[in-house]
Amino acid sequence: MNLRRLFSIILKELRQLRRDRLTFAMIVGIPTLQLLMFGFAINLDVRHLPAAVLDQAETARSRELVAELSASQVIDVRYPLAAPQEVDALLREGRVSAVLVIPRDFEARLERGDRAALQLVVDGSDQVVQQAARQLAAYPLDRLRGAGTAPKDAGIEIVNFYNPERRAPINTVPGLVGVILTMTMVLFTAMALVREREHGNLEMLIATPVSPWELTLGKVLPFVGIGVLQVTVVLLLGRLIFAVPIRGALLDVYVASLVFILASLALGLFLSTLARSQFQAMQLAFFTFLPQILLSGFMFPFAGMPRPAQWFAEALPLTHFVRLIRGIALRGAGLAELWPELAALAVFSAAMLGLAVSRVHKRLD
Amino acid sequence: MSDAAIVARGLTRRFGALTAVDAVDLTVARAQVYGFLGPNGSGKSTTIRMLCGLLAPSAGEIEVLGHRIPQDAEALKRRIGYMTQKFSLYDDLTVQENLEFLGAVHALPRAGARRRIDALLARFWLDDRRGQLAGTLSGGQKQRLALAGAILHGPELLFLDEPTSAVDPQSRREFWDALFELADAGTTLLVSTHYMDEAERCHRLAILDRGRLVADGAPRALCAGLAQAVWLVDCVTPRAAQRALEGLPGVVAQAQIGAELRVLAERGRLDAARIAGHLAALGIEAQVHAGAANLEDVFVAATLPPRQAAGEEHAA
Repeated sequence: MNLRRLFSIILKELRQLRRDRLTFAMIVGIPTLQLLMFGFAINLDVRHLPAAVLDQAETARSRELVAELSASQVIDVRYPLAAPQEVDALLREGRVSAVLVIPRDFEARLERGDRAALQLVVDGSDQVVQQAARQLAAYPLDRLRGAGTAPKDAGIEIVNFYNPERRAPINTVPGLVGVILTMTMVLFTAMALVREREHGNLEMLIATPVSPWELTLGKVLPFVGIGVLQVTVVLLLGRLIFAVPIRGALLDVYVASLVFILASLALGLFLSTLARSQFQAMQLAFFTFLPQILLSGFMFPFAGMPRPAQWFAEALPLTHFVRLIRGIALRGAGLAELWPELAALAVFSAAMLGLAVSRVHKRLD
Repeated sequence: MSDAAIVARGLTRRFGALTAVDAVDLTVARAQVYGFLGPNGSGKSTTIRMLCGLLAPSAGEIEVLGHRIPQDAEALKRRIGYMTQKFSLYDDLTVQENLEFLGAVHALPRAGARRRIDALLARFWLDDRRGQLAGTLSGGQKQRLALAGAILHGPELLFLDEPTSAVDPQSRREFWDALFELADAGTTLLVSTHYMDEAERCHRLAILDRGRLVADGAPRALCAGLAQAVWLVDCVTPRAAQRALEGLPGVVAQAQIGAELRVLAERGRLDAARIAGHLAALGIEAQVHAGAANLEDVFVAATLPPRQAAGEEHAA
């Protein structure tokens, strides 16, 4: 080992690195992004779960209980309900994650203490919500009974909709479809176009009558097929190995996946217009992949994030797809009920595609 | 003017502070092989890219096959072929697949394309390579495939950017035969090169140096019109003779060719006797006689840095 030779290689490496601005930015950018996300955005302590209350007792104590539970900030009561039928629809549409159901005989149950005095119906398609619900159910009802009474148990009963056995694959598999699509679709497209440029094929192509739209669409469309294949593989294996159900319409699953695939391809396409080499394309894809997987609600609770992080997450396609696929596959919701998520994906796709095509010049400069 | 295949006036391209192509005027007649000769970085590729509409000029006017460029570049792209400097077909497609792809890109009718591909593969001795991946072809085969791809759609004008830089002399000869065949059939060809023997074959030649057009004409006319004289110095120690002549007023450039020294000198300032005398005074016995100017002399004279052209003295 010759130290001078070793040093010269180190120096060469550092010089090359300094001139690769994107890599250099990533060296600083990725830790910064991670730190900010884990530090500020990711919070396992769930707060402000959107919730509804169906108070059939309507007594002073039931109102006091609702106020107390709200004060815990775990739930954020947005809808006071009048009829039990409404509970189902709100949960299925994903507008609330939990519903507090206080029965007519709430007072009697509370006094007797033999049966749960009230129910907390939770959206079991999200694992985080289940945890939060358990935390909420530990609320001591004794305080409502007043001092002096003997503590009796059987407080709040949790009714877990959609995943009563609390099996983890049911929560993770549908979202995983989105994560896998994000990884492959964004990366494949970003690399595919850059490869054409890196190998010099692009210079030959743009001297032909090929239009930017033909070139872009032609490069991207094969990946739509690959994406659909991936969706099928994940869902089929989920079904066969983990018994993950698809409760909604299969057509809805594929329509939602297709729109999400388009959004991811459009993102990949846009990245390909920024990257100069395949390596850079890979780095950029990874850079967008991080916030998507961390902030989309797939891995960490969306409800636990501060407002600005939530706004940012709304701009990420995976956030909307996780909501869509969980809604359709687990809660049996239809696209008609989830249309805002679908619309968000469509808007994202259109914006990215527009940006990308405006940058695919048919000239070299 | 409209009869010419290419007319460019004041063609200029700047990249930041660098002027890659500087006010080039160019006229290329139809069915000619027009050469671009110049050292690396002289602006050959940039000029070709501007003429095909791949790069917008910073200033100047271009008319190619009657199309104004870059405004009308899309219409032009149907009528031209462009063979890039680097092999730009797909390494991971076969010979046949590459050509079929190009046929479709140019929207050739299917049956016609198939016949044309067969004919081109036969013409360029690639029949037996149809199923081979383009990336595994030899340099000469790749170059023939690239030419086949560039002329698949029967372009009226063909741009070739240093097409023979990666092939052996035999392949180069065959390649040039193919180019003349195309010119005979009425195709206009614009070829950039830095090989003198190739430049010599062109009907007409433009010499580019640091973005400027420094000479333009038929190769023979360029040689005949050389402003300098060529002297051949025959002696036992050509290296010593070269050092001795270095800096002698009137000497423009020297090059040792085998045992002979080739001296490019300003006309009227030096002659055979004065060169021999100068060498003899330094103890070098030499025979000096006049030589015929060749294209390399033209090229060297045209691309000399201005200081050296002025015959400035410097230490050997």
